Amino acid sequence: MSKLIVSRRGLIATGSAGLGGLLLSGCDRVTGAPSIQHFIGHAQSLSLNAQRLLLRGQPLAREFTAKDLSPVFKANGSTMPDDDAYHALMDGGFADYKLKVDGLVGTPREFSLADLRAIPARTQITRHDCVEGWSAIGGWTGVQLSRILLMVGVSPQARYAVFHCADDLEASLDGSGRYYESIDLFDAFHPQTLLAYAMNGAPLAVAHGAPLRLRVERQLGYKHAKYVMRIELTDRFDHMAGGKGGYWEDRGYEWYGGI
Amino acid sequence: MTDIAALDPGVIPTTSGQKPVREVIYRHTVVVRITHWINVLAISLLLMSGLQIFNAHPHLYFGQYGADADKAWFELTAKGTADKPQGVLRLAGLELNTTGLLGVSKAADGSPAIRAFPRWATLPNDQDLGTGRRWHFFLAWTLVINSLVYTAWGFLSGHFRKDLAPTRQDVRPRNVWRNIIDHVKLKHATGEAAKRYNILQKFAYLAMIVVVLPGVVLTGMTMSPGIDAAWPWLLDLFGGRPTARSIHFICANLIVIFVIVHVVEVFLVGVVNEMRSMITGRYVVPQEHA
Repeated sequence: MSKLIVSRRGLIATGSAGLGGLLLSGCDRVTGAPSIQHFIGHAQSLSLNAQRLLLRGQPLAREFTAKDLSPVFKANGSTMPDDDAYHALMDGGFADYKLKVDGLVGTPREFSLADLRAIPARTQITRHDCVEGWSAIGGWTGVQLSRILLMVGVSPQARYAVFHCADDLEASLDGSGRYYESIDLFDAFHPQTLLAYAMNGAPLAVAHGAPLRLRVERQLGYKHAKYVMRIELTDRFDHMAGGKGGYWEDRGYEWYGGI
Repeated sequence: MTDIAALDPGVIPTTSGQKPVREVIYRHTVVVRITHWINVLAISLLLMSGLQIFNAHPHLYFGQYGADADKAWFELTAKGTADKPQGVLRLAGLELNTTGLLGVSKAADGSPAIRAFPRWATLPNDQDLGTGRRWHFFLAWTLVINSLVYTAWGFLSGHFRKDLAPTRQDVRPRNVWRNIIDHVKLKHATGEAAKRYNILQKFAYLAMIVVVLPGVVLTGMTMSPGIDAAWPWLLDLFGGRPTARSIHFICANLIVIFVIVHVVEVFLVGVVNEMRSMITGRYVVPQEHA
């Protein structure tokens, strides 16, 4: 009996020392192991599938009123793209801007801002949630992405809309820091998914992504690509940039930003 | 699993007749023991990965929005010069110098670094929000599934009804008062009274099971823009995502306080006996003059 208790004490001591060691010493070497990271990453598909189940009726994100607007809407990420071609467009008041829509579509097309403004618009006051934890409420006006997609015609093989942007967040010389994002067609066809050209009743400011930014209201801020120049319909994105479907995804964030 | 129950010795007669009877009871069932230790691991790592996530924006707000320009009710930040930063905790107008622990603490190379919670307290140690989030959500699923197993079993087995539900005798003011005095005097139950939870224990456990843990899970879910679209009532229940984030942080603090009190009590009452009962199930009932 006493021998048994000693061994139990040993077990307890070893167990608590091991746990304490894991918790308090530099545990990154253990917890950062690729196999462990791969394993815990499975929870992300669990979250995606659980949320898709809950969102299967495509409910809208909550919409607020003008009196709920944040006094200051924080501009995050790029606030002024460095790109020469972008600056030329900006200097001309984006009169020469053309949104290119191509890839797995029936008819590739280009849209000027005037073309986009001629399409029936949607205005929504929504909460913008940053992955860091802050939130801001802003009003957005733009074209529903679904309208654009119906105009160009989506090929049956298409699964994702990829947004190619004008900003190079890492200011890389080779363009490897060029911002891009992707969403799947479930979110692309959601009624609140907009290509916004106005914010709080005024033309979209450069700091907030002029001339055109994505609003994908049921996901976090890094999914809301700013300075959108081109939308590419595709069946996969593993061949683009870092292969994870977005600038921040290539740097460790999850592709699904609904959580 | 079954053999432990089968081996349960109940009252052990001692070999020599003189010594008091050493009474051993089977206290914690295997489901309670397994879910308890999964909780220990999950909650420890949830706390550390949560602090990692908090560090990405170490300011808390109330309301429907909250960012840099808005008034925070709590923040861990730094002031002073870049080469001599001073860590600051601000709570509702109060300001505390917390250099070395909060706001400013040692980087891996020992130099002062501006970060809300120090590197030894976060998972991973380095500032890495993506990895912190991956851990946090994996562990959140672990905690939720573990809690569902425990709750289902608690109802089905009668554990909640028999062991945790306060009896009429428990809630008598005189009994509550006597338990408070006993706890203050560090006087612990013996004999029959030691075989069941006292009212303060029941209250603490039920507060965690019914209020704090569901609260921390639901406020966590309220921070998800996807869940908010599916269940907008969460935003009404908690009064906005920033408020939910604040309550999430408060719940995490309550869990830490609970764990500290819980572990202190384990040591005061007898760490070997308490640990054995949560590992093997068997608990030696303390006797009056043992």
